[in-house]
Amino acid sequence: MKVSLEWLRELVEIELNGEELAETLTRGGIEVGSVESLSEGFDNVVIGQIKEMEIHPDTDKLWLCRVNTGAAVLTLVTGAQNLLVGDKVPVALAGAELPNGTVIGEAKFRGIVSQGMLCSAEELLLDQGVGLERSEGGILILTPEAPLGENLADFLGLKDSVLDLELYPNRPDCLAMVNVAREVSSLTGAQVNLPQWAQAEKLGDELDLPQAQDVKIVIDEPELCWRYAGLIVEDVKIEPAPEWMQRRLRAAGVRPINNIVDITNYCMLELGQPLHAFDRDKINGAVHVRRAYAGEVLTTLDQVERKLETDMLLIADEKSGLGLAGVMGGLDSEVTPATKRLLVEAAHFAGVSIRRTSRRLGLRSEASNRFEKGINPYGARATLGRVRELLVETGAGRPIGYVDEVSYLPPLPEVSVSVSRTGDVLGTEVTAADVKDVLDRLNFLYTEGQDGFAVKIPSYRSDIQIEEDLIEEVARLTGYERIPTTLPAGDLTQGMRTLSQEIRLRLRQALIRVGMNEVLTYSFTRPGADRKWGKAEQAIVLMNPLREELSVMRTSLSPGLLDVAARNLSRRNTNIAIFEIGNVYLSEEQTLTQLPQEQLRLAALAVGKSERHWLSIPVDYDFYFLKGVIEEVGREFGLSFNYKALTEEDLLHPGRSVEVYLGDEKIGFLGELHPLVAKEWDLERAVVFELEVQPLIEQAGTTVLVGAIPRFPAVQRDLALIVSKETPAAAVMAKIRSLGGELLQEVEIFDVYTGKPVPEDRKSLAFSLRYQSLARTLTDEEVNELNSRILEGIQQEFAAEWRK
Amino acid sequence: MKEEVSRIEGQALAELAQAGSLEELQDIKVRVLGKKGSLTAMLKQMGTLSPEERPALGQVVNETRDRLEQAWAKAAQSLEKKALALRLEAERLDISLPGTMLPHGHQHPLTKVIEEIENIFLGMGFRIAEGPEIETDYYNFEALNLPKEHPAREMQDSFYITEEILLRTQTSPVQIRAMEKLYPELPIKIIAPGKVYRKDDDATHSPMFHQVEGLVIDKGIRMSDLKGILLNFSRRMFGPSREIRLRPSFFPFTEPSAEVDVSCMLCGGSGCRTCKGTGWIEILGSGMVHPRVLEMGGYDPKEVTGFAFGMGVERIAMLKYGIEDMRLLFDNDLRFLRQF
Repeated sequence: MKVSLEWLRELVEIELNGEELAETLTRGGIEVGSVESLSEGFDNVVIGQIKEMEIHPDTDKLWLCRVNTGAAVLTLVTGAQNLLVGDKVPVALAGAELPNGTVIGEAKFRGIVSQGMLCSAEELLLDQGVGLERSEGGILILTPEAPLGENLADFLGLKDSVLDLELYPNRPDCLAMVNVAREVSSLTGAQVNLPQWAQAEKLGDELDLPQAQDVKIVIDEPELCWRYAGLIVEDVKIEPAPEWMQRRLRAAGVRPINNIVDITNYCMLELGQPLHAFDRDKINGAVHVRRAYAGEVLTTLDQVERKLETDMLLIADEKSGLGLAGVMGGLDSEVTPATKRLLVEAAHFAGVSIRRTSRRLGLRSEASNRFEKGINPYGARATLGRVRELLVETGAGRPIGYVDEVSYLPPLPEVSVSVSRTGDVLGTEVTAADVKDVLDRLNFLYTEGQDGFAVKIPSYRSDIQIEEDLIEEVARLTGYERIPTTLPAGDLTQGMRTLSQEIRLRLRQALIRVGMNEVLTYSFTRPGADRKWGKAEQAIVLMNPLREELSVMRTSLSPGLLDVAARNLSRRNTNIAIFEIGNVYLSEEQTLTQLPQEQLRLAALAVGKSERHWLSIPVDYDFYFLKGVIEEVGREFGLSFNYKALTEEDLLHPGRSVEVYLGDEKIGFLGELHPLVAKEWDLERAVVFELEVQPLIEQAGTTVLVGAIPRFPAVQRDLALIVSKETPAAAVMAKIRSLGGELLQEVEIFDVYTGKPVPEDRKSLAFSLRYQSLARTLTDEEVNELNSRILEGIQQEFAAEWRK
Repeated sequence: MKEEVSRIEGQALAELAQAGSLEELQDIKVRVLGKKGSLTAMLKQMGTLSPEERPALGQVVNETRDRLEQAWAKAAQSLEKKALALRLEAERLDISLPGTMLPHGHQHPLTKVIEEIENIFLGMGFRIAEGPEIETDYYNFEALNLPKEHPAREMQDSFYITEEILLRTQTSPVQIRAMEKLYPELPIKIIAPGKVYRKDDDATHSPMFHQVEGLVIDKGIRMSDLKGILLNFSRRMFGPSREIRLRPSFFPFTEPSAEVDVSCMLCGGSGCRTCKGTGWIEILGSGMVHPRVLEMGGYDPKEVTGFAFGMGVERIAMLKYGIEDMRLLFDNDLRFLRQF
């Protein structure tokens, strides 16, 4: 809501300037987004008159004008071709900074100095209107009466400041100037000067006019239209509205059109009741408020033929539609220069219906906005009274009667507020006098009781329905700063994370500890991005996505990580080790009838290698790196994972991928991307894993039982074996363990070697074995014997060769 | 023979003085003082002397031996010292080289801020509640006093999946879920961090972002308690000298409602670009829980009162780290992430 300060001052006494008022309103709960001075940019822009003109000696594209600005005669150079000697024009003197940002100085044009600039309408951000004659072809030409030398903003009446209110949905009343004035009065204690018609809002208020007998209103949809009132006007004379009205409309952001349209807009801005004027001679018979028929069409004011739907509310006569209720009038019943008789509509339409229609047709207006947010159903007749006043005052027409059909008027509530409860809720001392003072400032009627007040809520404050609403009025009008700072009394509570929350926190920390970087990607992605990563058939699709690329809820985290990797690589961030912990969303139903599964996942991706460093060889971000990361997660939570060769071979490298198991439960995968898939992301290679987190949480070890530290010395033996290339190291290791029995405390693999002298189809595996007894010192003989037994067993099982 | 002893001593002393290494010293020791050493040999020759001469020579040899042993120890000490000095010199490092690179990953600034917020509230006795990101219209709106077609629903443009199921636009539905779960427990003191979704996308809005909701319900909870908790939070989050101020506002699920500003952490309140010259920065919305919301959660508004608040994590992260474009937070450029 744009509020003209000049207009507001007519309705309430204001001692503050624009900025101060903005601060007061904002602190009072009516947020002011900006304060704009209409004269900004017009300093040093004055009215001049062209005395002489001649062509620039060097080019016929420029004119040299001698311009009288009252104080001096200046030489100004212009390229505009629409000037005549004697024209009144806006002159920007050196030093001006125009509304469009142009800074004016003295400038040379082909050797001739221009002592300022003649301005166009665009440079001054001026539309057509009072005082402006024409601007086609270049410079803005002012009306001949424009006083020489006067500041242009003064002449055009641009002295006003405009406050832009950013209203919360609970205060639609402030979409009316009179209610903003009431708010200012409540906050500052200043006197309101609301005229009679602003206060009259009861059903029975007479318009001092006869009820029209020859106009019939039929409300066919009482649910969607509570009230339909109209003013009947004869002897209409269409002309421009008075200058002051146009100026105020423009300040409010409404374009002046003609006296009738302007008066309806002016009254809407002033009182909050949207109005529409129909040419009464175009109305055939009774006026109906009904739903559109299936297939019905209406050409609206903007000359667009609209296909209507049956839930759209229509104002219609007995033959055809006259306008879309609350949204836009019809072209056929529009007020034209030939219009002689009017029906001025002041109705109450249901916001729900108006919102739906205006959305569907993409038509939003000051009127539809007010209906959507909710207007005062009691205000119709009072507004028509104001329309009548202005029609008469400006000679625009002769009101002769009115109609007023009412289908429903909500009762005005009486709300009680307890003084002690007010203090209890706010945590501050509140006296009956405090509450009374607030109610007085709000100009509410009330009766005082034992511990409080019964308050009659005026019709324009539909937001006040319960005691808490009145407590808020007390709080905001006495100032939130009066509320002290305390801490809740009552029982002490212990703040702690749940086990699951704790484990998720540690999971993140474990990954960061080993050098992984956390990323956060959107939960929605493009259709098909998940392919076989996730479960496309379980994907949840948004009804109204922001755009196609963000239209499907992810069923896998991996594609998002691949996007991040590709983006980083394109920016030459070549070494990437990233992870994300987040939900995927899986639906069991075609169309959701209940909430889908949100499954927490951990995914990681690695490309490249660790950064180069003088001391160490970079670690390749390969399959084994991410396997190591998974193993670190296992160490963190005392879990050991099992791996099985991956059967799905479209996405991952068939020789470099596994399914990851926790016990018997498959919880995810790990692998290098299939080269063809990697190519889709412009990647050479990348390794990915994705695991479900819930099984980790459920099986994470939460207790540690300490084992005894051996008192007897351990014996170390190394064992190098040559086996076929296909033999899994883990199988050999498992066999060693089973052969070694309980004296074999530990087996580690410390070297894997292929190449000469090992035959091409074979590899060398070197294990380090640690023998130890908790009960005694082992002798060399028994260790040697055990070691030989292991060696023999391995040789048999794997056709292994001992590499001495 | 005495002359011979004295010659051995003289030669040994000369050799000790010349010895350049511990090995040489050891060699001298063996040659002179060892079992087969020249001085020891003198004692073995004592048999050729008369019994009267023997004690005198014995004494001479023993005294010589003592002197030589002392001299030897001294020489050894000095050589060890030299060797140590040499070793230390030889082992000199270029101490300007960087140390071993240990793995070091980086936490995303948003989860980092969430963790920090969580820890502050855990310290004040709050627990952490959670709820689904895909929500029903009932929990996201209706139970929060936002019936269908309420104009305030327009404040949030939502992503719908069906007419009844949507991506939650706020963490506030967790308020209702927590009340339903905990009823009739008192007090309720929870925060609920999480992802939320709205149809916005520009430098200050992201279609997915994070909020932290807070809810306290008990007998006799006052708006002044809200102020106290939030002042405490603001000081721990933004610095001990911060102040807060409450401004009237509107949320359908609180009444009275307040916007909370914190004194600018950059200029300290004197006015700068970040606070647009006002000295204050809006950080969260809050208010006393609306009686209808308490009822929806199963609690009797005549018996208990409560307050609730909600803050945008992105906004706090941007203020804290001086991030100007929200999109950086979801761009995941490693050069950005490695700064945290």
